Amino acid sequence: MAEKLYIEALREGLREELLRDERVFLLGEDIGIYGGAFGVTKGLVQEFGEERIIDTPISEQAITGIAVGAAVAGMRPVVEIMFFDFLTLAMDQLINQGAKIRYMFGGKAKVPMVVRAPMGCGTGAAAQHSQSFPGVFAHFPGLKVVMPSTPYDVKGLIKAAIRDDNPVLFAEHKLLYRVKGEVPDEEYVIPLGKADVKRKGKDVTVVAGSIMVLRALEAAEELEKEGIDVEVIDPRTLKPLDMKTIIDSVKKTGRVLIVEDDPVSFGWGAEVAAGIVGSEAFDYLDAPVKRLGGLDIPIPYNPNLERHAVPQVEDIVKAVKDLLR
Amino acid sequence: MELTAEKKLWMYRKMYEIRCFELEVDKLFKANMIWGTCHLSVGEEATAVGAIAALKEDDMITSTHRGHGHCIAKGGKLPRMFAELLGKETGYCRGRGGSMHIADIETGNLGANGIVGGGIPIATGAALASKMKKDGKVTLCFFGDGANNQGVFHESLNIASLWKLPVVYVCENNQYGMSVAFKKSTAAENVADRAAAYNMPGEIVDGNDVEAIYFAVKKAVDRARRGEGPSLIEAKTYRWLGHSKSDANVYRTKEEIEEWKERCPIKRYRAKLVEEGVATEEELDKIEKEVEREIQEAIEYAKNSPEPSVEDIADGVYA
Repeated sequence: MAEKLYIEALREGLREELLRDERVFLLGEDIGIYGGAFGVTKGLVQEFGEERIIDTPISEQAITGIAVGAAVAGMRPVVEIMFFDFLTLAMDQLINQGAKIRYMFGGKAKVPMVVRAPMGCGTGAAAQHSQSFPGVFAHFPGLKVVMPSTPYDVKGLIKAAIRDDNPVLFAEHKLLYRVKGEVPDEEYVIPLGKADVKRKGKDVTVVAGSIMVLRALEAAEELEKEGIDVEVIDPRTLKPLDMKTIIDSVKKTGRVLIVEDDPVSFGWGAEVAAGIVGSEAFDYLDAPVKRLGGLDIPIPYNPNLERHAVPQVEDIVKAVKDLLR
Repeated sequence: MELTAEKKLWMYRKMYEIRCFELEVDKLFKANMIWGTCHLSVGEEATAVGAIAALKEDDMITSTHRGHGHCIAKGGKLPRMFAELLGKETGYCRGRGGSMHIADIETGNLGANGIVGGGIPIATGAALASKMKKDGKVTLCFFGDGANNQGVFHESLNIASLWKLPVVYVCENNQYGMSVAFKKSTAAENVADRAAAYNMPGEIVDGNDVEAIYFAVKKAVDRARRGEGPSLIEAKTYRWLGHSKSDANVYRTKEEIEEWKERCPIKRYRAKLVEEGVATEEELDKIEKEVEREIQEAIEYAKNSPEPSVEDIADGVYA
């Protein structure tokens, strides 16, 4: 097993699916010779040619709609939207078309497409290039939503997303691209809808997604020094959401903190919290369910303000301690 | 390019089918048998039929909220269409779609669309799929004059031309985007003029002349199939009835409507067919009688079809 960067593992996943299935192709802005704004698709145009790694004009709605049409007509497109924030430009085609077509056509059409987008703050890109809001997409019937946190997960999940017959939104936190982790040499696919216990523990459950998994793990290390044993659960896919793994953990620990990069108000953490208190885990709770997430503000530019806009390791440490008080 | 007598009679039959279908839908709506709303294409039959007549059977189309005619011309089965409008399990969408979402992927009908302009990038993407698969298919993209001011129209035409995709854009300019007159919504004099901006041929055609539409679209379809890229065709036509079911026609005059009714595409074509000796009045009457009977049978089928089961309400959200 080799250590690889998240971005490398993601690229490998894309490459393997391009090799495996000739219906798979990529389209997006600057994904060809430039290799994508963050370098995810670097080298792919040289290997697969401009016919399958397609540079598009800056037309997010048309790109997404073209993917819908190509998918309905039998291809398996993977769209890169340069920044998650730009997904707002593609909403009609993603939501009214891609996500609804199958149901409104009586369950006949298939729309096997993936829309990948880099999200999140921490790069000083300010309000229109920094927001994380995968939770919004989990609200729409017909879409699946994936947000991998590790190199291992991103590779296995992109492969599953491409093979899925439904439109899948694939949220990649841009601070994760340079994170290293172990990736097996042999082929593997991670099924959508399966949460992963990233760290076993008995005192508190922390449910965290995407970049917050890393921060929760770091917080858990610190808390361990103080004798607090934290279990970290990564849902990995928001839709479908694996509540069972979360509920089982809460039944064991009796305390739960949910940490998201989305703004906390109306965020996916509320859905997880409701799922917990509405389940048999309610009887096991020794403290109120706690949530952490982004402030209800657009992401600010100033580095110190930016840092305070979303949960950091110390916020998680503090919140866990509050839960145990 | 010549049209066979068989094809001409097919076009006549299909236009008549659409007319009867729409008028029966109007009646069913007034009898409270159709829920929601529907957008009827009475007066615009020639654009749907003439354009689709220029396609091969396995070519694809995308349609609009005013899409019953496109579906019929593409080979849609009347019983399943009526069943869909009545919300029945036997409808094209199992009663989940209704008037604005009739689709039949198997026959290349990628669906009507409730979003103005929503089908334009989808048609473009279907054409990209054909180009990549080299399956030789052409996609015909219908949209109305209202859609020509949507951003995605411009995004899509630019890309289709850039990539030389096998797609033909057919604008059915019926003069009104709901209540707003074309001249009040569009800075260009004609939709077809906008083709120049995307380096593709743009052609204006009499939308009430089924053969003129056929020939214009055929030329564009052949060009697309040869790999020479898309075209934009603007068929100038007129909808006789209101935009949807709540329209009191306050934005136009009775005189204007009457004037366009004089140019009825079906009446005109009937006269032409008789004059050319393609068919006698009696033969055309016979076709009409057959169509009227089929329509009544289709309505009966729909009325007698089962309602969808509530237990299955969530079927088909995910594959």
